[in-house]
Amino acid sequence: MSGRVEGSMAGGGSAVSRVVIYGLLLVFAAIFLTPLFVMLITSLKSLDEIRDGNMLSLPQSPTIAPWLSAWGTACIGLTCNGIKGYFGNSIMMVVPAVAISTILGSLNGFVLTKFRFPGHKLIFALMLFACFIPFQAVLIPVARVLGMVGLGNSIGGLILVHVVYGLGFTTLFFRNYYEAFPTELIRAAMIDGAGFFQIFRRILLPASGPIIIVTVIFQFTNIWNDFLFGSSFASGDGVPMTVALNNLVNTSTGVKEYNVDMAAAMIAALPTLLVYVVAGRYFVRGLMAGAVKG
Amino acid sequence: MSSSVIDPAVIPRMRARPRASLQDWLPRIVLAPSFAVILVFVYGFILWTVWLSFTHSRMMPVYALTGFDSYARLFAQPSWWMALKNIAIFGVLYVVICIALGLTLAILLDQKIRIEGVLRPIYLYPMAVSFIVTGTAWKWFLNPGTGLEKTMHDWGWTSFQFDWLVNADMAIYTIVIAGVWQATGFCMAMFLAGLRGIDGEILKAAQIDGASTYATYRRIVIPALRPVFLSAFIVLTHMAIKSYDLVIALTGGGPGNATELPSTFMYSYTFTRNQMSVGAASAVIMLMTVAAIIVPYLYSELRERRQ
Repeated sequence: MSGRVEGSMAGGGSAVSRVVIYGLLLVFAAIFLTPLFVMLITSLKSLDEIRDGNMLSLPQSPTIAPWLSAWGTACIGLTCNGIKGYFGNSIMMVVPAVAISTILGSLNGFVLTKFRFPGHKLIFALMLFACFIPFQAVLIPVARVLGMVGLGNSIGGLILVHVVYGLGFTTLFFRNYYEAFPTELIRAAMIDGAGFFQIFRRILLPASGPIIIVTVIFQFTNIWNDFLFGSSFASGDGVPMTVALNNLVNTSTGVKEYNVDMAAAMIAALPTLLVYVVAGRYFVRGLMAGAVKG
Repeated sequence: MSSSVIDPAVIPRMRARPRASLQDWLPRIVLAPSFAVILVFVYGFILWTVWLSFTHSRMMPVYALTGFDSYARLFAQPSWWMALKNIAIFGVLYVVICIALGLTLAILLDQKIRIEGVLRPIYLYPMAVSFIVTGTAWKWFLNPGTGLEKTMHDWGWTSFQFDWLVNADMAIYTIVIAGVWQATGFCMAMFLAGLRGIDGEILKAAQIDGASTYATYRRIVIPALRPVFLSAFIVLTHMAIKSYDLVIALTGGGPGNATELPSTFMYSYTFTRNQMSVGAASAVIMLMTVAAIIVPYLYSELRERRQ
């Protein structure tokens, strides 16, 4: 993605074809942006304005009342405390899950690239395939086991699940990155008497900045956006943001407050959008690393 | 390959220190918990699900085997056939349109576009946001009473009709539209990376030989992108089979069961209809489908890298 900015074709062409190309690209950009745009302007309108006005027209008298209501007083199920509690649930779930899965992934990547023992290829293959299973194939046993060990409907249970099913990806990321790391450096440190963790902390970690960012962003986005695990293993006040948002939007009692729905959706989107805007380059690298190995 | 890797059995012995044996084992000890957890939570649990699919479990699991009964019941369900029909429609359209649009966008962006840095993130942002989020906007947009249809009526085009979301015959295509919107940017990024990896010298040579732009793309660029087509196909197929949020956010599987997919079928039979063994059987079928696509791909990728 990065690197050369200019196109690989010589470019140029007639002025007409340039206009057509730019026109097409801008039309697509408009289509891609429309849902976000509609969400944003609707979240700033009053209900009357939504009812009488046009979906695509800008708010006449912008109001942040829907945002305040979504955050603090909107009703989800029987409780009317807005989405702030669920936002907190997601934060409490995401931070430890991302940290633990990233740390384990980096250690695993180190072991799998710089040490040899019987079966290391099989171990990696099994961890790699684990990235791709449809989670439906483990949903029932996970629900049973979480219930048995007392982690059913708890943030702790969700953290455990996200760490376990994220390990394959984090290990894959670090393994591919460390493979290019000069083994001679590690060999030299070993001869000098450095131990496993010393080498990891002093030599490997300082050189791991980019892959740590890629992994953290990938995991953060995936876990924050997860819906299947959240809706399967949590309920009531313990559900993460995405599940609460879905419940809010599908609540059918009373007047449908579209502006509040949209404001809640915007709030749910903000953390990942923020990460994307600030570090989009790394987000793309993570997606590609998960898609095209090697 | 083995020369670039430390053989822990050799170096520590040279050091001949008392801690050496612990250091020998440390890498394995560090890896063991992760591996054990994956062995149990992924492979053990898959076997558990497979076992359940051969029982009569309903709300609670029972472990007495009853052969292929659940599979027979699964394939006797009209809604399972609906799910299979829908995943076929959705999967084919989703993969083909994403690849076609993604490739088109990538080629257009590759023409020395000055605002590429602005456009690229716009095409890709849907991948960064949960579809539960963007689905609220899509649902609103596709709803005849609030969205596109109403807007067109407001603008004076009163005969305009767009009711796919609530039309049982057409609802699955709204899932396709939303899915394509979400994943096209990702496809574009893959193809763009592929395009940037093509040797510029070859293209220059083709141009000097007088090849038209169209011929250059058809004969040189597109064939050179073959590996990207394969990756995109694998990734998109895998994403299509796992699609779940998309349906939940947009239609909830409805109207009726018109947009049921295997993923939503599995969830509802297992957790709300108390037909756990049928749900397990559907999960096993999903897993086997994904495995049939992913395993050969991973196998060839790992082999290639070894050489």
